[in-house]
Amino acid sequence: MIDLIVLPLIKIVFVLTGVLITVMYLVLLERKVQAWVQARLGPMRVGPHGVLQPVADVVKLFIKEDLTPARAEKWVFTLAPIIVLVPALIAFAVIPFGPEVNLFGRPVPLYITDLNVGLLYIVSVAALGVYGIILGGWSSNSKYPLLGSLRSSAQLISYELAVTLTFVSVILASGSLSMVQIVEAQRQNGVWFAFVQPVALFIYAVGALAETNRNPFDLPEAESELVAGFHTEYSGMRFALFFLAEYTNMIVVSAVATTLFFGGWLRPFPNVEALWFLGFVPAWIWFTLKTFVLLYVFLWIRATLPRYRYDQLMALGWKWLIPLAIANIVVTAAVKVVLGS
Amino acid sequence: MERDPAGSMFDTDELVINMGPQHPATHGVLRVVLKLDGEKVVDADVVIGYLHRGVEKLTESRDWTQIVLLTDRLDYVASAAANLAYVETVEKLMSIEVPRRARYLRTILAELQRLASHLVWLGSHAMDIGAITVFLYCLRERELILDLFEEFCGARLTYNSLRIGGLPQDIPSGWLPKVLRFCDVQDEKLVEYETLLTHNRIWLQRTRGIGVISGEAAVAVGLCGPTLRGSGVGRDVRKDEPYAAYAEIPFDVPVGASGDTYDRYLVRLEEMRQSTRILRQAVEGLPEGPVMAKVPRLIKPPAGETYHANESPKGEIGFFIASDGKSTSPYRLRVRPPSFCNLQALPQLVRGHLVADVIAIIGTIDIVLGEVDR
Amino acid sequence: MAENDQNPTGSGAPRPPAPAAPAKAAGAAKAEKAPPAPPGPPDPPPPADLAVPAFLEALQAALPGAVAQLSYFVGDWTVIAAPGRLHDLAAHLRDAEGARFDYCSDATAVDWLGRPGPRFDLVYSLYSTSLRHRVRLKARVDDGEASPSLAALWPAVNWLEREIFDMFGVRFEGHPDLRRILMPDEWQGHPQRKDYPLEGPGELIMERPQDWLRLGQSIRESEIE
Repeated sequence: MIDLIVLPLIKIVFVLTGVLITVMYLVLLERKVQAWVQARLGPMRVGPHGVLQPVADVVKLFIKEDLTPARAEKWVFTLAPIIVLVPALIAFAVIPFGPEVNLFGRPVPLYITDLNVGLLYIVSVAALGVYGIILGGWSSNSKYPLLGSLRSSAQLISYELAVTLTFVSVILASGSLSMVQIVEAQRQNGVWFAFVQPVALFIYAVGALAETNRNPFDLPEAESELVAGFHTEYSGMRFALFFLAEYTNMIVVSAVATTLFFGGWLRPFPNVEALWFLGFVPAWIWFTLKTFVLLYVFLWIRATLPRYRYDQLMALGWKWLIPLAIANIVVTAAVKVVLGS
Repeated sequence: MERDPAGSMFDTDELVINMGPQHPATHGVLRVVLKLDGEKVVDADVVIGYLHRGVEKLTESRDWTQIVLLTDRLDYVASAAANLAYVETVEKLMSIEVPRRARYLRTILAELQRLASHLVWLGSHAMDIGAITVFLYCLRERELILDLFEEFCGARLTYNSLRIGGLPQDIPSGWLPKVLRFCDVQDEKLVEYETLLTHNRIWLQRTRGIGVISGEAAVAVGLCGPTLRGSGVGRDVRKDEPYAAYAEIPFDVPVGASGDTYDRYLVRLEEMRQSTRILRQAVEGLPEGPVMAKVPRLIKPPAGETYHANESPKGEIGFFIASDGKSTSPYRLRVRPPSFCNLQALPQLVRGHLVADVIAIIGTIDIVLGEVDR
Repeated sequence: MAENDQNPTGSGAPRPPAPAAPAKAAGAAKAEKAPPAPPGPPDPPPPADLAVPAFLEALQAALPGAVAQLSYFVGDWTVIAAPGRLHDLAAHLRDAEGARFDYCSDATAVDWLGRPGPRFDLVYSLYSTSLRHRVRLKARVDDGEASPSLAALWPAVNWLEREIFDMFGVRFEGHPDLRRILMPDEWQGHPQRKDYPLEGPGELIMERPQDWLRLGQSIRESEIE
């Protein structure tokens, strides 16, 4: 009973709170990191070094006037941001933050659940988010958001294909769809999949940037482009939900990358006995650290690279990444047959 | 303008989209009406005049010396260039010989101004295409230039830094070493900008082959400045009709090969390098002497008309002045604005490109609406 | 600010000079002075010892009677076109071997209100990128008279002539797209004429903010049609 209902509920509360707070501070971190790259300081006024800025932002978004355009489809207009946010949040159900630990005398696994088709679950849930974008643009009942949302959803769907194909090669390498099993496989092999499947990592990295609408693939929502994007007509709380969803997606994508390619909760060099002292650091801290390093890379890329034009973006996804991913699967499968294991 | 009754949103007819006058990437109040076929631009109509302040008519009731203030506000990013063109036109009209030291100092100010303008151009162009960090880096160097100007004439943006016959005052002590130190910093930082952009694959894809115009077409449509030089035409007023101290200072004029956005980018970057070269030579060779010629207290040029052009960072800025010899204001003062003449080519440049390229092309023409509309 | 038409030195007659102004009697004791010269550019002829450039001689030879006058002042050569011959001169200057003026730097107009004869001077500044020389081409146009458009010869002149039309009211025959460029499309009057007040036409000055709102609405409605 406890294991079936109470424990998962507690974990869900923890994870949700943790994710939401992380998202808030990720926004601040983005502003700070961008500022430091650009030789300036970023938010400094609200709290020491701007640490309370997210609180101010949340308060501002909550108290903003609730505007719905007159010609918009009222219910869908309100539903769309929710459809984008919820899949991003429920993806955390299968992300393993750490192995089983002993808490208060019972073994508690540090993940909400371990579906044996965990990776498949993540892929499907991520795909649901695209509906929210299309609905958001359509329900605004205005030319530019519609065009922006169509572009954005086309971009997402194309890069989902590439990303899912890289998952296939990771599955081939690890032999399982379960997130926890994938981390276990990396521990057994003694080497992160980043070194076993570098091509898949590269494709995943590019695909992740495109999936989350981040620079250099943020044309649909960039403010200096002509068509302002699907969230043009949104303001206040609804816009906040879109915003939240984007950053939550970033965290999901980084967490999945950590699990699949960087050993999840494992410490660096998990089978090297000489580095046993690294084991003093709890596993979930390793996981969090790795995820944050990947998030930092997201921010770093945004500060550095120019933006792709839409047709170049689509050409990259379809003409380069998908064939490369398929080739990678073929090569991985061939190598597996040859090695016989 | 098209309206959208329900259901016609997916019509495959041409779509008319209005860009501006308020838009983060049009560098001012510019309105471009685009006719689109899907994503391709079929035609563009440029609507200007939102910043028209009637400067030319205002000059008819201002003193010759007061007009320097009005010229500041034309291209407000490069005020000293317009100042210089104006005072030189009046000096030509009055046949005043400007002392050598003043000419060298004017060259230094003009080249500093060129760097400042190109830094703003680079920053905003890169930011429009997505590389937001370059903007902040360019403005960081521009701060140094603005500090230099502030030491000299007290203002950071609209300088009023020149007078008919020379300069209002000599440079403060310690200014020249600061200019040299700035040149060193600038050359170093230019390498940073190049690292971020010049060989970046995304930058190349966004600027190569965009907005191509051939040399003959560019000359016919009246392009000037780096926009013209990117198409292979080696026209630079500093070389063709030297003014200030340019006849005495050797420098190169970069010329592009294919007339696309990437070449114009390279041309302007190279111009920045040449500017620091000119600055160093001008500072080394600065002669002693007065900074102001013997000019009557009340400026009254003889009756007549003349046209004189300078090379501002945007292109050929010219002043056509008609004086009637009697009054203390010009009878007619006409500003030949480089941005206006360059903007004329915009419909030609964007035809056939995608909507996202329109931003890149407006950036590469480098316009300032104060000059376009006056 | 009501007083934005400042003349700080206090001298200079307010623009424009009254048309057909008779001689001003300065005082009973003074002898009667000659009437003041009518406004107009002096257009001094070239000094006798200065050689006329070869391309200008060729121009005068190729198009006899087209050049009304040659002028030289502070280093600039100006060709003043005879009435109706502007287009021929321009075409010759663009295409002739010794001239090759392929670049039109500037096109503008000057309003010589009160001058006997045509009111406006059209001034085209031409430059040759190959031979690196300049020349100015002037034509005289009267109020209401149309001038041939040179936009077919130099596309650069397109917007420049639009601005002349907008600011001075000179129409150009054969211009591909003659409409206002700087002023709003439905503006009445031509601002840079000498008889147009600097502060703008009185009747359009809005005293109350509600009137601005109404003006904006009417413009928007006319655009939506």
